Amino acid sequence: MDREKKLREKARELLESKEVDLVIGYGWTRYGKRVAPVFITRPEDVDRLIWNPMCVNNLTLYITRKYPDVKAMGRPAVVVKGCDAKTVNVLIQEGQLKREDVVLLGIPCEGVVYRQELYDGEVTKENVSPKCVVCDVKNPPLYDHLIGEKVEEGSGFEGARNIYQEIEELDKKPEGERWAFWMEHFERCIRCYACRQICPLCYCERCIAEKNMPQWIDTSAHGRGNVAWNLKRAMDLAGRCVFCGECERACPVNIPLNLINQKLSMVVEESFNHRPGYESEGHPPLIVYSLEDREDFIR
Amino acid sequence: MEEKGWEPRIVAFVCNWCTYAGADLAGTSRLEYRPEVRIIKLPCTGRIDPLFIIKAFEKGADGVLVSGCHPGDCHYTSGNYHARRRWIVFRELLKFAGIDLRRVHFSWVSASEALKWRDLINEVIETVRSAGPFEAYRRLNP
Repeated sequence: MDREKKLREKARELLESKEVDLVIGYGWTRYGKRVAPVFITRPEDVDRLIWNPMCVNNLTLYITRKYPDVKAMGRPAVVVKGCDAKTVNVLIQEGQLKREDVVLLGIPCEGVVYRQELYDGEVTKENVSPKCVVCDVKNPPLYDHLIGEKVEEGSGFEGARNIYQEIEELDKKPEGERWAFWMEHFERCIRCYACRQICPLCYCERCIAEKNMPQWIDTSAHGRGNVAWNLKRAMDLAGRCVFCGECERACPVNIPLNLINQKLSMVVEESFNHRPGYESEGHPPLIVYSLEDREDFIR
Repeated sequence: MEEKGWEPRIVAFVCNWCTYAGADLAGTSRLEYRPEVRIIKLPCTGRIDPLFIIKAFEKGADGVLVSGCHPGDCHYTSGNYHARRRWIVFRELLKFAGIDLRRVHFSWVSASEALKWRDLINEVIETVRSAGPFEAYRRLNP
């Protein structure tokens, strides 16, 4: 594939010129069936880099402070899709990263699969990731080197399930049904915290879920703690989540976390006119305020 | 859980500088209001984490009230503005999760508004009473 070749060339160039010490990209796993992140440090290894619709991971996770070992490997170049590039914007906005500390290999993307095991050579409206159906960043909004030509914006997955429609439908249901819907999902939660571990924006050094003096969130996997955890996680991502969809993908029990994250994104956009990830200037909406914020619900 | 004579349990998170003083004034003025409210004093509404509300429900509250200084009156200049923004989002989150919004209330009560406090508490208790005991949440307890 053309893009793949160009990606390898660019990676080789960057590594040979010592502009970067490390290229974080996608590569085949041992049996050549699945795609996983690869960390390339030598120019002769760049042929391990690949690009195809199974490249779902948000690799910006590895340039956050959650990965000091990656940081120790030196200056990184990261392969980013449009949605991943938005994460970088938020990380810069939140002072987690300096723009000049990372080289972004932006890769125009025409949609990735929801789960790798669903992929059968083609991205269809059945196996496409829900984020791609509503995608408006096929071309990364932020990059240093663009790999290949830009692609046309717009979805191209008409008829696929649309997350905003699903949220609307859920919103229309009576409260009791919504409660039952979420309890059914939260009940399955095993509190593995995969959603937190995979999220590039959940980068606290010490998570409230691990604090026990006092114990804010029950640690065992039962309803009470599960509700507290899932609501708290969603709340902390409000106004920051860029819909990379990694939490839902990583969830071993298929809790529809995209729904709850995107619901809050909609609320934030409506209330504060803010869409996270499109710029690195300014502040995340929940750490600032406006005198004009609505207070129709306050007595 | 719902026995005869059930009365709602309300937890009120109030700020030290305005609402607590207002409630205190209501007390010293010998205003009578419903006793089902438990007041928890915090430095500022900006200090109130959404987890506090979740915790209150976990511990058996049927309704929650958050109250602080009027906009512009915050002892720490902007705590209540930050809180207001947080509640806009958190309220929608609770609603989306299927929690009846009759159980969560927000208000501004200043140090001189003892009468407002009295009426507010009575109103909130009536609203929570109409929502009934929060059995759905208590059932989550292990």
